[in-house]
Amino acid sequence: MDINDLRAGFTVLTFVLFVGIVWWAYSDRRKAVYDEAARIPLDDDLPLPMTQVPGTGKGNFHE
Amino acid sequence: MQSQATYNYKVIRQFTVMTVVWGIVGMLVGVIIAAQLVWPELNLGEYLSYGRLRPLHTNAVIFAFGGCSLFATSYYCVQRTCHTPLFAPGLAAFTFWGWQVVILLAAITLPMGMTQGKEYAELEWPIDLLITVVWVSYAVVFFGTIVKRKTPHIYVANWFFGGFILTVAVLHLVNSAAVPVLSSPIWKSYSAYAGVQDAMVQWWYGHNAVGFFLTAGFLGMMYYFVPKQAERPVYSYRLSVVHFWALIFTYMWAGPHHLHYTALPDWTQSLGMVFSLILLAPSWGGMINGVMTLSGAWHKLRDDPVLKFMITSLSFYGMSTFEGPMMSIKTVNALSHYTDWTVGHVHSGALGWVAMIAIGCTYYMLPRLYGKAEMFSVRLINIHFWMATLGVVLYIASMWIAGVMQGLMWRATNPDGTLTYAFVDSVKATYPYYTVRLLGGFLFLSGMFLMAYNSFKTIVGGRAYDAPVLAPSGAGLSPLAAAH
Repeated sequence: MDINDLRAGFTVLTFVLFVGIVWWAYSDRRKAVYDEAARIPLDDDLPLPMTQVPGTGKGNFHE
Repeated sequence: MQSQATYNYKVIRQFTVMTVVWGIVGMLVGVIIAAQLVWPELNLGEYLSYGRLRPLHTNAVIFAFGGCSLFATSYYCVQRTCHTPLFAPGLAAFTFWGWQVVILLAAITLPMGMTQGKEYAELEWPIDLLITVVWVSYAVVFFGTIVKRKTPHIYVANWFFGGFILTVAVLHLVNSAAVPVLSSPIWKSYSAYAGVQDAMVQWWYGHNAVGFFLTAGFLGMMYYFVPKQAERPVYSYRLSVVHFWALIFTYMWAGPHHLHYTALPDWTQSLGMVFSLILLAPSWGGMINGVMTLSGAWHKLRDDPVLKFMITSLSFYGMSTFEGPMMSIKTVNALSHYTDWTVGHVHSGALGWVAMIAIGCTYYMLPRLYGKAEMFSVRLINIHFWMATLGVVLYIASMWIAGVMQGLMWRATNPDGTLTYAFVDSVKATYPYYTVRLLGGFLFLSGMFLMAYNSFKTIVGGRAYDAPVLAPSGAGLSPLAAAH
């Protein structure tokens, strides 16, 4: 056994790891988690800043 | 519920404004060197000759324009999706000023001919050291913000930004390893590698600069800003997870396709080709994921030019990530390599994908950073969109034709085995296409001037605004999401 067997083994290992990730990502129990995670960018916002009044604690305008 | 704390928008404002400024500078230099290829008389002295200005163009558009855009968007995304202000705001401010100094040093040293001679890694060792310090600071700010996040889940865009930051650090450190010549001039150095190993390290770096700086980072933008602008969650979150890991596992091995038919061992070339072909799958998976985010809301494309920029950029991403694997096939590469086809391919990615998504994200962020609902003029964004699109199409179509023509002319032989054309014949035949390319580049640059005017009016008409830090509202907070 030389170093090339290790290299081949590592390649196979990473491939199996990747297939595992695909299987894990598409497993049913991840679905609900991902549905929520997908909403993270949409739930990080107030109404647009234009509608807010300076000095009310809704953000901070600089003069 | 909300706290009084606000997100750190100052550094984002700075990077966003400089994105527009460096975009104009970098593309202007591009238009100048395109003009030099049409009118060689424009090579005015050694400092402004093509050979000196070309690396200035590539460094300015990739690291100054693209870099500022990546800093701005990643700082914007990571704070908001983690519901916490930036970690180490002083260090974040340093990344801005440090990065601007790097850019200024590049703008001075490259025309003076100080270069390591490595494509996209031309800057000499003192600047490389400064880049390292700035980049490590960037990593501390970004990952520090993730560590102090208020949501259990790390949103997928942050994975892409994080992958880009880590990989670029490794790429830069390995490829820029050099031995300084400690005599006069002190700034001169030679690569730590020699011969074919040097070439392989360089293109391992070069292709991953494309793969991580110009792709993973900009995919981070896609995963945050396309859903924001479309007001819809990403089409498939599962696909985005697989997309990330597929990209990470395959991109690293594609570099050898830059060295087909060279002294690089044949098996290494084939390996690079195979991995480049595999890359088509994650690239298109990601592209489809971004475009399909609009499914059920296609009508928004009709009157939202910001969304047009984003979705068109994804179309160009799809085109260039199809073209790239095809060009990595050895027999295709035998025709395309060293021709202007490569230049066309690069700009399909750089103008069509990278610049257009960056422009779209800038149009999204800029008004919000100045307390406005939208840019000064939406109509001007629309005009910018059409100028940019027409500019890219003229650019890449002319370079495709020129490249295929050059490849065919170079390989043509007479019945007695002699070459049909001298090299200069192909140069002469390329003239008209160089003119069309100049026109395309000029259109794209003109669009950037419109953007600068629009940005200026938006900034003048608004006031610097820092949005409040919101407590996470459900998303990513429920016990379900916490149970990884």
